Amino acid sequence: MNSTSVAVVGTALGTPTTRREGWEKVTGTARYAAEHTPPRCAHAWPVPATVARGRVTAVDTTAALALPGVIAVLTPFDAPRLGPTDDPQLHVLQDTVVPHHGWYVALAVADTLEAAREAAQAVRVTYETDPDTPHDVVLTVDHPGVYTPEKANGGYPAHLEQGDAATSFAASPVRVECTYKVPPLHNHPMEPHAATAHWDGGTGRLTVHDSSQGAGPVRTALASLFDLPEDSITVISEHVGGGFGSKGTPRPHVVLAVMAARHTGRPVKLALPRRHMPAVVGHRAPTLHHVRLAAREDGVLTALAHEVTTYTSRVSEFVEQAAVPARVMYAAPAHLTTHRVVALDVPTPSWMRAPGECPGMYALESAMDELADALGLDPVELRIRNEPATEPESGHPFSSRHVVDCLREGATRFGWSAHRASRRDGPLLIGTGVAAATYPVLVSPCTARAHALPDGTYVVEVNATDIGTGARTVLAQIAADALGVPLDRVTTAIGHTTLPEAPLAGGSSGTASWGWAVHDACTALIARLDRHEGPVPDGGLSASADTRAHAKQRSPYARHAFGAQFAEVQVDTVTGEVRARRLLGVFAAGRILNPLTARSQFVGGMIMGLGMALTEHSTTDPAFGDFPESDLASYHVPVHADVGDIEAHWIEEDDKHLNPAGGKGIGEIGIVGTAAAVGNAFCHATGRRLRELPLTPDRVLAVLG
Amino acid sequence: MANHSGHSGQTSSRITLRVNGEEYTLTLDHRVTLLDALREHLDLIGAKKGCDHGQCGACTVLVDGRRVNSCLLLAVAQQGTSVTTVEGLGDAATPHPLQAAFVERDAYQCGYCTPGQLCSAVGMLAEVTAEAGSDPTTSARRSALTRDEVAERMSGNLCRCGAYPRIVDAVLDVIA
Ligand code: FES
Ligand code: FES
Repeated sequence: MNSTSVAVVGTALGTPTTRREGWEKVTGTARYAAEHTPPRCAHAWPVPATVARGRVTAVDTTAALALPGVIAVLTPFDAPRLGPTDDPQLHVLQDTVVPHHGWYVALAVADTLEAAREAAQAVRVTYETDPDTPHDVVLTVDHPGVYTPEKANGGYPAHLEQGDAATSFAASPVRVECTYKVPPLHNHPMEPHAATAHWDGGTGRLTVHDSSQGAGPVRTALASLFDLPEDSITVISEHVGGGFGSKGTPRPHVVLAVMAARHTGRPVKLALPRRHMPAVVGHRAPTLHHVRLAAREDGVLTALAHEVTTYTSRVSEFVEQAAVPARVMYAAPAHLTTHRVVALDVPTPSWMRAPGECPGMYALESAMDELADALGLDPVELRIRNEPATEPESGHPFSSRHVVDCLREGATRFGWSAHRASRRDGPLLIGTGVAAATYPVLVSPCTARAHALPDGTYVVEVNATDIGTGARTVLAQIAADALGVPLDRVTTAIGHTTLPEAPLAGGSSGTASWGWAVHDACTALIARLDRHEGPVPDGGLSASADTRAHAKQRSPYARHAFGAQFAEVQVDTVTGEVRARRLLGVFAAGRILNPLTARSQFVGGMIMGLGMALTEHSTTDPAFGDFPESDLASYHVPVHADVGDIEAHWIEEDDKHLNPAGGKGIGEIGIVGTAAAVGNAFCHATGRRLRELPLTPDRVLAVLG
Repeated sequence: MANHSGHSGQTSSRITLRVNGEEYTLTLDHRVTLLDALREHLDLIGAKKGCDHGQCGACTVLVDGRRVNSCLLLAVAQQGTSVTTVEGLGDAATPHPLQAAFVERDAYQCGYCTPGQLCSAVGMLAEVTAEAGSDPTTSARRSALTRDEVAERMSGNLCRCGAYPRIVDAVLDVIA
């Protein structure tokens, strides 16, 4: 039901269009993964480890099994054996080693949720820890275990260097050298990770509803782990309550649910308790940044060095690629970007909205602001003077790059002036700040199918996932324009592994990847309809597409989205509270396909960036090795009252080097740069620089003196 | 309320819940929250579980017209109350104006916080109408609600997708 459905053919794209599943969402009929209850469905509750490094020596299940309604307790000693996986986090209950606090060491299964929870609490786990090798969860820049990996997340080389940064730095008239610190951050989608697994032993069929950003990769993982043919498994991710990266890879909950279903012969539902999530769904690793910038008197950079130190787990290596955006943003004759990492007894970090760019641009854009201060130059102007002609790292031409236009348009809309002054209003100090944003254009091969039905309607099928992006809607728009029919004649089917195979919703690449295949399938269907004589037969006519041959990530062009973020903050000198009175973003992200849902994504990203700037804070506790801020009462995501005036705008780009729909992806760039803009505004307001996030009252009062 | 096992050690009771105008009689473990009774026993999955600890507001429903976190209420204590969930606000054919405003304004993304936001907003507007607002110093009536006050009053409902500005827009639309 689209109140703004388009009657004119060929204009669906670019028209604000309400979500196709909107009415289900507002009337409470949209079913998420834990909201399927097959007959005889049992409930599972996992047991997290309470030590951060050690070994399980015994699990006493007697008390748990004696409770009414308890069906089974699985432990590392008796859990069914799993097949191979390339993600050791999925090898749950396969051995007794505890690599971090919160690692699952048992699973209770019971008739009811209440019984499962009680049973999990009644399980007694004994651990062996070695006093000679206590757990180690604290990241320091000079940790003896630090090494330079070969690659960072995304496959980027960890270390790149051209010229001699040290020499250039020493020889330059203006320079800044700063360290910045970003704490661990948690994705915390509002829907906790959940799965309902139904194993039919008679037919050998496994059906799983999983809260995932990609049902296909979940099916592949389950097939290997449970030694089942992929075509005997159906994974459904119809409605997903957000993910922000944390549902981008299969997670332990789905493996445990399937294990329990196969073991008990009952359907099993498992929804993660909120407080378990930080340890088992990935998180943004903390990053320590050392940034050195040197420039001529006119502000043109002569040296740029961005050195990042971060942690990974002892389970697998994940390196937040926070120095990578410097390779895209600014050129300098001496240019050094490097990542160093140490494996600690911590949960494995993973993707959180704009991995790399988000923390990296916080540091780089803060340092640019410090350089502007050192030069006495308007920070907008400093960025304009350092606009590169080609991509600094590769020398490739940009497919399009409108960061300067974003800065200029943003400055006009925001009322930015080169001579802006901070002001005082009673106890409040008020200032403004700016930062640039960037995020790469990614694309993956995808398949899709389009059907023409005799009643003149069309169905487009692709195993895409809508995690809140509006994928159903935008894919229908792409199909309608490709078919040349009104939007209300097109239905999209997504979120189901019986549909044509598709990549996950991640890396801001979903719409580009799925949309390409949908476009091609629709184009093929038109050709098929043209060849067909007479009316469309009862069974309809179909055409398929596979973009494997041409949807390649490699391109002669450097392809990135860009943006500019502006912030006005007030700092309460009495309470230390920082509030963002105004946030304004301008983005250049190719063609904006659905302005209504696109604005929601940009603004949503900016608000998550606001949380990073002001309230979101996690720590690894040296005593116990866990994240003390593991729930929503202690880990402060932004609330309604935190959000002031917020605007997202965009520059329409006509970039021919992307994909048929012409979009660059918009899910992540909104978060990039927000925290730097807020931090820079804080400095403008107060004259003091805080180089550690978030800007909480304790830190603010300390620096205001 | 029937005494299920007839002695003081009873762990479940037979009760009648009134939800969206319908009466449901069922036997519930005393530990079952109103939220789990709705979701697991009545298949009314509109109310969402975001934290189960009163920290997020995803489970917000109306009990006797007041907004509550249903994860913090025991179902067996709700005998005799009248519960309204998002399913009871309206359906696609006859929506509550706020539901329609959410669709028009795109006041959501993933939709997981949405039922709680809707119930909370309905309860909040009722509070304002009754001039018994969450802030005792204000006597704002609905039509005088500012953006800031709507945001303040809605701050118990988290939205990780960051749909906040559009949610406030939608609320202001229906009171305009
Ligand atoms: S689920 Fe009740 S407040 Fe979060
Ligand atoms: S719409 Fe996703 S949490 Fe609010």
